[in-house]
Amino acid sequence: MRSGVRRALGGIALPVALVALWEGYRALALALGNTWPGTDVALPVVVRGTGNAQQFPHTWDVAAAFGRPYRGAGETLGAYLLGQVGFTLREVAVGFVLGGLLGFALGTLFAHSRLAERSLLPYVVASQTVPFIAFAPIVVVAVNSVSWLPRWWGVAVLSTYLVFFPMTVNTLRGLRSASPQAEELLRSYRTSAWTRLWRLRVPASVPYLFVGAKVGATAAVVGAIVGELSAPSSQGIGAALFAFGRVSNQSVQLFATVLVAGAVGILSYLVVAAAERAVAWRFTGRRETR
Amino acid sequence: MSDDAVLATRGAAGPASGAGIVSLRGVGKTFGATVALQDVSLEIAEGGFVSLLGPSGCGKSTLLRVVGDLVTPSHGAVEVAGKRASEARDDRDYGMVFQAATLFDWRTIRRNVELPLEVMGWPRARRRERAEQMLALVGLAEFADHRPPQLSGGMQQRVAIARALAFEPRLLLMDEPFGALDEITRERLNDELLAVWQRTQTTVLFVTHSIPEAVFLSSSVVVMSARPGRVVAEIPVDLPHPRTVETRESARYFALVTEVREALRSAGA
Repeated sequence: MRSGVRRALGGIALPVALVALWEGYRALALALGNTWPGTDVALPVVVRGTGNAQQFPHTWDVAAAFGRPYRGAGETLGAYLLGQVGFTLREVAVGFVLGGLLGFALGTLFAHSRLAERSLLPYVVASQTVPFIAFAPIVVVAVNSVSWLPRWWGVAVLSTYLVFFPMTVNTLRGLRSASPQAEELLRSYRTSAWTRLWRLRVPASVPYLFVGAKVGATAAVVGAIVGELSAPSSQGIGAALFAFGRVSNQSVQLFATVLVAGAVGILSYLVVAAAERAVAWRFTGRRETR
Repeated sequence: MSDDAVLATRGAAGPASGAGIVSLRGVGKTFGATVALQDVSLEIAEGGFVSLLGPSGCGKSTLLRVVGDLVTPSHGAVEVAGKRASEARDDRDYGMVFQAATLFDWRTIRRNVELPLEVMGWPRARRRERAEQMLALVGLAEFADHRPPQLSGGMQQRVAIARALAFEPRLLLMDEPFGALDEITRERLNDELLAVWQRTQTTVLFVTHSIPEAVFLSSSVVVMSARPGRVVAEIPVDLPHPRTVETRESARYFALVTEVREALRSAGA
């Protein structure tokens, strides 16, 4: 009971502190007239504007914006963003699954062939060092020009690109985590490499696969949103960020959308973490006591 | 008892019939510039319990793996049950136990014991029946549905023994199986292993660096020296069975321990 209260307090402590910090800075900046005391040097972030055009809005104005129509009249911002979240999550899901499968396949290949690992892994690593924002528009446009794919697949492919890397690395680590003795044991039964893969290496890799999947889940959201932002699209959280960011009189809506984007990332992480809690103990033999 | 039924299938042959089940002639193994084994010749009688004893780095684990066809020798001939070692592996003649129990955490204890039977294609009902017999043999029947991390180190090692014997291999290869256990657990498992050995009449090749353990368990102790790994002495152990606490306290036991120690020392270990 007491620990339940403490956990609940711990859970809300950070959001409360952030709101307090935000509002504290806002009040201070207004009191100082947006300049350092005794000078006319501007503060790093200036509090300015009113209504929807506030550049440093009240947290409660952002919260209230969800319940109000976002464009004069009609649909509320909350309802609109919920629809965009659905659109983005579809891209995220496809990117996550494709990236997961691709990463698993590459990791398995590398785990079984030193030659493949030596010749291909450097390129896999290099693929992640290229700033992907630079080529995101090219990828999205190129994939979208494939007539038999739905338009949103361009963004899903970009998402795939960010997901496959953590999955490859963690699959490789996971498949290598099986002990050499376990491998010898199965060899002493005269088993095929295929049997050893599925009876030993894959089950042993499951905890690592979840590590890769958790990183991949948040990367998939980043990939989808950046993809939506970087290529002309009219739907998705990225498109909403683009629309609200372009005009100065909807900064409250922009802040609200940023919060939603963050929430989508957390949500996709939590989904994988929940799956891990439900499944992983079967592979480790240890129930997590959290 | 049900486990007697298992053992009856092979009981007729009897232990120590004299036929060499393992025969090594001039076996050598080099890893790069390192000579791990040099000119090892050894005969192991069917039903025997033979310990390989020596300092670390003397190649005793390598020798065990050469017999088990997990390491290919650079020189010499290895014959197991009248066959080449690789044919013996085809015939599933080897059961293996390592220093780490090497249980699969994603399987229950029962399904760990079933593992070899599963990959060998036994039908489910027979697998299950055999696993229960084997767990009864090592006194862990009531832990069948537990997971490996829930068991102590000594219990895990008993599961590993049950798993190794489940398909009735002709040869049990043990690589320092009790090396990671405390002295008390180790002695208890020594007693249990001897009991299991006498009931199953499986030939055991046992790697250890404990002199008392080797003497207490074995019908013969093979003493090895390091760099290069060679056999320097083969000391038959004539202690009577069943071996008990009294055995460990007998004069003959101490004499044998001393003899083995001398052999190790004269090997320049």
